[in-house]
Amino acid sequence: MGVKLLLEKANVPGIRTYDVYRREGGYSAAEKALKEMTIESIVEEVKKSGLRGRGGAGFPAGMKWSFIAKPEGVPRHLVCNADESEPGTFKDRYLMEFLPHLLIEGLLISSFALGSNDTYIYIRGEYAWVATILEEAIEEATKNGWLGKNILGTGFDCMIHVHRGAGAYICGEETALIESLEGKRGNPRIKPPFPAIQGLWMRPTVVNNVETLAAVVPIIKMGGDEYAKIGVGRSTGTKLISACGNINKPGVYEIDMTISVEDFIYSDEYCGGIANGKKLKACIPGGSSVPILPANLLLKTAKGETRYMNYESLSDGGFATGSMMGSGGFIILDEDQCIVKNTLTLARFYRHESCGQCSPCREGTGWMEKILQKIEAGKGEISDIDLLWDIQRKIEGNTICPLGDAAAWPVAAAIRHFRDEFEWHINNRELSQTSNFGLQHYADPIHVPA
Amino acid sequence: MSEQTLFKVTVDNITIEVPAGTTILQAARQIGGTVAPPAMCYYSKLKGSGGKCRTCLVEVSKGSEKDPRPMPKLVASCRTTVMDGMEVKNITSEKVVDARAGIVEFLLLNHPLDCPICDQAGECHLQDLSFEHGKSSTRYEFQRRTFKKHDLGIHIQLHMTRCILCYRCVFTADQLTNKREHGILDRGDHAEIATHIEKSLDNEFIGNVIDVCPVGALTDKTFRFKNRVWFLKPMDAHRDCPSCSGRVTLWNRGDEVYRVTARKDEWGEIEDAPDGKPGWICNTCRFDKKQTTDWVIEGPREISRHSVIAQGHYAGNIGTTIPTETFAAINNGRTPHLLMDIHSESEVNQPNVHLGENEGPSNGATFNNNINNA
Repeated sequence: MGVKLLLEKANVPGIRTYDVYRREGGYSAAEKALKEMTIESIVEEVKKSGLRGRGGAGFPAGMKWSFIAKPEGVPRHLVCNADESEPGTFKDRYLMEFLPHLLIEGLLISSFALGSNDTYIYIRGEYAWVATILEEAIEEATKNGWLGKNILGTGFDCMIHVHRGAGAYICGEETALIESLEGKRGNPRIKPPFPAIQGLWMRPTVVNNVETLAAVVPIIKMGGDEYAKIGVGRSTGTKLISACGNINKPGVYEIDMTISVEDFIYSDEYCGGIANGKKLKACIPGGSSVPILPANLLLKTAKGETRYMNYESLSDGGFATGSMMGSGGFIILDEDQCIVKNTLTLARFYRHESCGQCSPCREGTGWMEKILQKIEAGKGEISDIDLLWDIQRKIEGNTICPLGDAAAWPVAAAIRHFRDEFEWHINNRELSQTSNFGLQHYADPIHVPA
Repeated sequence: MSEQTLFKVTVDNITIEVPAGTTILQAARQIGGTVAPPAMCYYSKLKGSGGKCRTCLVEVSKGSEKDPRPMPKLVASCRTTVMDGMEVKNITSEKVVDARAGIVEFLLLNHPLDCPICDQAGECHLQDLSFEHGKSSTRYEFQRRTFKKHDLGIHIQLHMTRCILCYRCVFTADQLTNKREHGILDRGDHAEIATHIEKSLDNEFIGNVIDVCPVGALTDKTFRFKNRVWFLKPMDAHRDCPSCSGRVTLWNRGDEVYRVTARKDEWGEIEDAPDGKPGWICNTCRFDKKQTTDWVIEGPREISRHSVIAQGHYAGNIGTTIPTETFAAINNGRTPHLLMDIHSESEVNQPNVHLGENEGPSNGATFNNNINNA
């Protein structure tokens, strides 16, 4: 059993209610932070913990907090990004649904550290019932004096507001989220200025992921140094992984980032192996936008070392032979899955979710989808593959926000690693409509780099 | 005095000193010529515009004197401010040229290319852009997205199919009118400019959206299909207008005023009025004052844009040149007083009339007299 910090109490009956959460030791970290610690020492603990943003980019949270501008007389805001819309990622939903008070406690501590009197949870519209759970939890917390005016007699006021999004993926991008929260169209802003300087209502703002903010609670409880001892290297603490796809036990797992990918997929504690006795074909290890990895590069890096479930190891080899930790949406594809179809599904998603603000993403995502549609329907040409490659190359890095990159990477990685499957689709137009390329890509047994 | 601080910036190996806070694009425009990156969405008179079309991407090969690291990605020059000692590569960077060709291809992907029937043709920024930075053909082989035409009131036609979603008209309405009544609906490649429920835009300054539109998506209904812009003679004119600066360009043919626009500079942007504010014009000036008698004509307007509209007009900074030999020199000393528009007067095609023998400027009456006298 690995270390559990966030989901330790998730299975306690009634943990969703304040009374049970408090009885199980909840809000003790908030008490400690507000009564015994200073703002600086909280930020210092978070910095020491090495906690990295759990939303996808993996930016050190303590560093992000220290960037916030503190002009006199201007309110600051903390915004919790609960617009979890990445296909394959559902860890925040689990956390908010079962442990709403853990998030609220984390928000309270973080708000105190950042000086935010009005803190917002921007939750995606599809999580309607979760938003209700959060609102109930906030009400309970307010009744018990953990939110509102003069919390614990410290003179600190904090209110948490739940704001429901309208179901746009782009609103998970922090500046688009801020725009949406302000009541505007959810278009990402052009940076700089960064939110830490001019964010919500042009005030200094920090936007953090749900899991990042929840992880502040164990950090305060055990101390930043202790937290940093869990995990390996710069991947400290625990990470929630939402595993899905063709596995025996899909679900949300908390791992301490020292486990190997192979163990994670095949051990009974976690994914429990590939469903129906099939073979592993490929994996998208960090949510739909990160590059897909073929089985041979998933379990071992190109250098032949074991790949582990942490930020560094998953990105080992760059995009040529590696991928990213991303937001922890672990999607397994078995031998029956078609890479072309999978890529088309992702391309369709990004086309649908592009905000349409900047031209490469607006036009390029639609173009890629149409070409993939054509290949998938057995009408493709070999030149289409090169065209796809060229389009993704011209989108990547040329857009305002990372959605352009997120749309380009899956296509790039699919072509990079599975070009033979695309070619097979194009050369066997009729056959590709009735059968699957399967594992022809690999030698039997699957070649793992030595 | 921090505003007075001058920063040295080098664009395409040409160094210039600009005040701190200037964007790379503005610095490059001060140098001028091909050094200035193209801009489809940025409009210096509209706050908050820019950053969207990505045609102005440049490579920053040296961040600043203090931190000489190059920037990892191409940056939008319209929204990036210069640092002291910054070195920027525009057309000298292969990466930029390649990326820009890609952007042009993307912009043209869903553009109908109906230039032959488009009123903007000849003064269209997208035409210029694709001519200068694009490729001769597209690799797109699917159906383009189309929209129905919409009437935005009695004066403005919205042809959404041509739109490149630069958001300029949205900023214009935000900044010139009290209440913006149109905006972007939907998202991605099916996003559209709309009033949501068919509504007419009738703010007194809303006509300026026609001037800021870089393509033919918003056109002047009083001018639609009336004439091609390169057949018209632009004249600077003004009138005493109670609501705006009243400084305009008239687009004439003969004595007839075909359309009225604000005065535009070489970047296609509204010129500043003498008081230093942008010279936006009101709907009355633009749509209703279509008689030369309404205006005090100042003289011909120089069109310095390097597109087809500048051809055959008065010499500008770029493009056309004045011939060195004079008419008199090649015509045995005879000087014609031709100051007329041959297109509007069909009677002119009379070989018996010698224009050079006329006293004073010729006009339709000259010919009518000749016909009557004959």
